[in-house]
Amino acid sequence: MDVGTVRLEPKQYKSGLKPVWCPGCGDFGVLSSITKVLSALGLPREDVAVISGIGCSSRIPAYLDVYGFHAVHGRALPLATGLKLARPDLTVLVAGGDGDGFSIGGNHFLHACRCNTDLTYIVMDNQVYGMTKGQASPTTDPNWEEGKLTPGGTGINPFQPLVIALASGANFIARCSSSDPNGTAQTIVEAIQHPGFSFIQVLSPCVTFRPEQRQWKKLVHPAPVEPTDDPARAARRLLTDDAYFTGVLYRGRRAPSEPAPQQTCEEVAALEKEFRVESPRYVGR
Amino acid sequence: MTKQARQSVSIIIAGSGGSGVMTAGKMLLDAAAQAGRYGLMTRSYGPQIRGGEAMTTIRLSSRPVECVGDRDDVLVALDWRNIERFLPEVALSQDSLIIGDPKAGVIPESIQAINADQRDIPLAQIAKKIPGGRPNMVALGVLAALTGIPVESVVATAERGLKKRGRDVVEAGLAGLRAGMDAATELSGLDIPAPTADAGGERWSITGNEAAACGAVHGGIRYAAGYPITPATEILEWLATALPKVGGKLVQAEDELASVAQIIGASFGGVPALTATSGPGLALMVESIGLAVAAEVPIVVVDVMRGGPSTGIPTKSEQTDLNIAIHGLHGDAPHLVLAALSVADCLLTTQWAVHLAEALQTPAIVLSDQFLGQTRAIIDRPASVDYIAKRRIAGPINGEYHRYALTDSGVSPMAIPGLAGGQYTAEGLAHTERGVPSAAALNHVAQLRKRHGKLENYDYGAHWAEIEGEGDTAIITWGSTTGPIREALARMTDWQSKIRLIAIRLLSPSRPEHLAAALEGVHRVLVIEQSQTGQFHDYLRAKYDLPGEVKTFCQSGAVTIRPGTILNEIVGWSA
Repeated sequence: MDVGTVRLEPKQYKSGLKPVWCPGCGDFGVLSSITKVLSALGLPREDVAVISGIGCSSRIPAYLDVYGFHAVHGRALPLATGLKLARPDLTVLVAGGDGDGFSIGGNHFLHACRCNTDLTYIVMDNQVYGMTKGQASPTTDPNWEEGKLTPGGTGINPFQPLVIALASGANFIARCSSSDPNGTAQTIVEAIQHPGFSFIQVLSPCVTFRPEQRQWKKLVHPAPVEPTDDPARAARRLLTDDAYFTGVLYRGRRAPSEPAPQQTCEEVAALEKEFRVESPRYVGR
Repeated sequence: MTKQARQSVSIIIAGSGGSGVMTAGKMLLDAAAQAGRYGLMTRSYGPQIRGGEAMTTIRLSSRPVECVGDRDDVLVALDWRNIERFLPEVALSQDSLIIGDPKAGVIPESIQAINADQRDIPLAQIAKKIPGGRPNMVALGVLAALTGIPVESVVATAERGLKKRGRDVVEAGLAGLRAGMDAATELSGLDIPAPTADAGGERWSITGNEAAACGAVHGGIRYAAGYPITPATEILEWLATALPKVGGKLVQAEDELASVAQIIGASFGGVPALTATSGPGLALMVESIGLAVAAEVPIVVVDVMRGGPSTGIPTKSEQTDLNIAIHGLHGDAPHLVLAALSVADCLLTTQWAVHLAEALQTPAIVLSDQFLGQTRAIIDRPASVDYIAKRRIAGPINGEYHRYALTDSGVSPMAIPGLAGGQYTAEGLAHTERGVPSAAALNHVAQLRKRHGKLENYDYGAHWAEIEGEGDTAIITWGSTTGPIREALARMTDWQSKIRLIAIRLLSPSRPEHLAAALEGVHRVLVIEQSQTGQFHDYLRAKYDLPGEVKTFCQSGAVTIRPGTILNEIVGWSA
C-alpha cells in the first residue's frame, strides 16, 4: 500500500446492488468475507477482478465494487486464467458454485489445479442447483431424494473436491463455513498471499432447497491439525475427513507456472525474416 | 511431351509417411523460389501419423499462382504403397511422366492404366550406395534436373534445410541430390522460364496459417490460447514462438471451451487476444463467442475449415463452416465474419479482423481453410496495411461509469482493470447501460439495438470485397475458390469486358448496398463455392438481391476445384 493511501472499509468494496439471494443464504456470509479480505489487504478496488460463471453464487461479482466478469456456465476458471496470465499485476479471485465448478466446469477445475496459475478459487458448495430450483449436484449425497431430476436419490458417490484438488496439483487447499465470515476471511487472505492456485471450499447452505443445511453451523469444527506441505499426509487427512473440518488443510510449495513475459524483439517486422526467400537469383538453366 | 515453354509445371511426390515426401517437396519449392520462380506446394496426408500415405503437389510457375493446375505433369513415387488412395484426386494423364523405383514393388495396375510415359529410376538403390543416403534426396535431384532448377539453387537450399542435422547428413543429402541429377540426364522438357524483368521485389515463402498468425501479430494480438486441431495448429505453433518476442504469450489450453474463455479474459484485461481452431473446435466455442458479443469483449477466432460434419476429413479442404460462423450463435448476436481469399490474403484479412474486432468491441471469426492454411506459396511480399488494434478505452472516470453507455456509434468507452473508478462487471445477462443485470424489455431492446447498430453503421471501406473486371456476367465467390476462378479468367481473352469477379471478404455483417453497386449492369450471376449443399448461395439469397439469371457451382470438399473446371462452367454458359 502506498504511503498516504487511505485503507478502505469493507463496505466500500460493495457495489450497493441488492443480491438476488434468498434470505438466510450462506452466500451473504461469503460476500461479507470477501469485502473484509480486500479491506484487510488494502487492495485498490481497481486492481482486483472477481470472475464467475453461472449460478446463485456466481452473481457475486456484481455485488462488489471491483472489476468483475459474470461469464457463462462453467467457464470462470479459464476466463480468469487468461486474465491473470495477460495481467499478472491484478489480484484475481474466482467464485462460483459446486455445479458450475465441478460438473459443467469440472475439466477446467482439474487443469486450473494442475496449471497452478496464481488464482484464488472460492467455491460456495451447497450440494444443490439452486438457480434452477433444486436438482442434485456433483457433491450431493447419493441418498438425497428431493432432487427433481433424480427421484429416489442419485445413487452416485459425491465428488470429493478437496481430494481431487490435491491430486490435480492445487497449491493451497482449505475448507471454510459461511457461518464464520471472519474465519473464512482469514483463510481467503492466506490463499491470496500464497503463490499459485488456491482452492477454498466454503460450506454455504441453501436454505430454500436444502433447509437441513442450517445444521451445518453446528457440525463444522476447526481441523484438529496444522496445515501440511506434504501431499501424502494431506491426502490421508482429506480421505479420512468427516467433511466438516475447516481451516487450511494443505499448503504446497510449487512455484506458479508463469514467468513474466519478456520482450526480445522490438519490431514486429523482424518476425517476418523467416519468410524471406534467400537472395533470389532469377536465373534459368 | 511438349517442348514449348510452359508457364507452369505440376509435380506430385508420393510415398509412405516418414519417407521424406514433404521435405523433398519443400526443398524443390524453395530452390525454385531462389531461382526466381513462383509456385506453391499442397499437402495431403492419410489419417495415420506415421507410415500412412503422404502426397504433395508442387506447382512451379513463372508467375504467381493461387491454386493447383489442371493437369499433373509428373508423379514421382518413392514407393507404391497406398498410392492408389490418392489417384482419384490427382490429374495424371497420358501426357504425364511417371517416375518410379522398379525395386519398390509392383507398379499398381491403376497407375499403368493411365498410359503415361513411365520411367524407372532406382531411387532406393542409388541412395543405398551413399552412406546415409535417402531416396527422397535422390528424387529431389531428379526433379531439379527435370525442371531446370539451377544446381546452385538446389544445393544451397538443401544445405540450408539439412544443416541443423549435422555435416554428415548434409554431405549425404548433397551426394544423393547429385546422383539423382545424374540419373535424370535424359529427362528434361519441363523447364519453366524464369521471369527476367521486374524481378527485384522481395519474395516470401509462406503458408496461409503462417500468414494469418503474422497478420494477427501485426494487428496487435499479444495473447493467444489454443488447443491442437488439424489443420489450424500451425497458426498456434507460429504464435507460440513469435508472441514472446513481442512481449506476448500463447497458452496451450485444456480444450476449446477453455481457449475461447481464456482469450475473453485476456481481452477483458486489455490485451488483444486470439484463438485458432477448425470446425469441431468452433462448435465448442460458440457459447462463449456469444458471451463476447453480449459483454462486448473483442476477440478473434480463426477457423481453418476442413471437411465436415463431425470429425469429417481433417486433412482436406471445404468451405462448409460458413453457416455456423454466421448463424451458429444463439440469440440475436451480431458479430464479424471475414474470409481470406488467398494464401497471402490470410495476412491482411486476419490483421483487418483484429482491427475491426477491437474497434467494434465484438468477436470476429476469420474463415480460412485447409488449402489456404497448409499450402506453402511463393508470393511477392504483401503490402503493409495500417490496420492495428485501436480500442476505445475509457479515460479518467468522473462520477458513475456506464460500461454499456448508449453512444452514437454504439461503441462505448471500455474501462480496463487498473483504471480507478471504472469498476464494472462484464455481463452475459441482459443488462442496463451500467452493466447491471436486467430482464426489462426496455434495456434488452436498447442493448440489442446498440450492438446491432455498431456493426451496421461502421464504415468498412473498400476491403469488404475484391472486385475485378467489368463485364455483365458476375461471378460471386468467397475464400479459396477465388484462386482457381482468377486463373480461369486469366485464360480468357479480354475477360475484363465480359466478366466481373466479386470475392467477398466481409461476410458478416452483409453489405447489400455495396454488392448492389458492384452488380450494377450485371444480367446474370454465377455463384461458385466448395460446399455440397450450397451454403454460400443460401447466404447470398438471404442477404442480397441477385440480378437476372443465377447459376450455381457447388462442389463438396476434398475434391480440388481446378481452373479448367471453372473455365468450362463459364464458357459453357456463354455458348
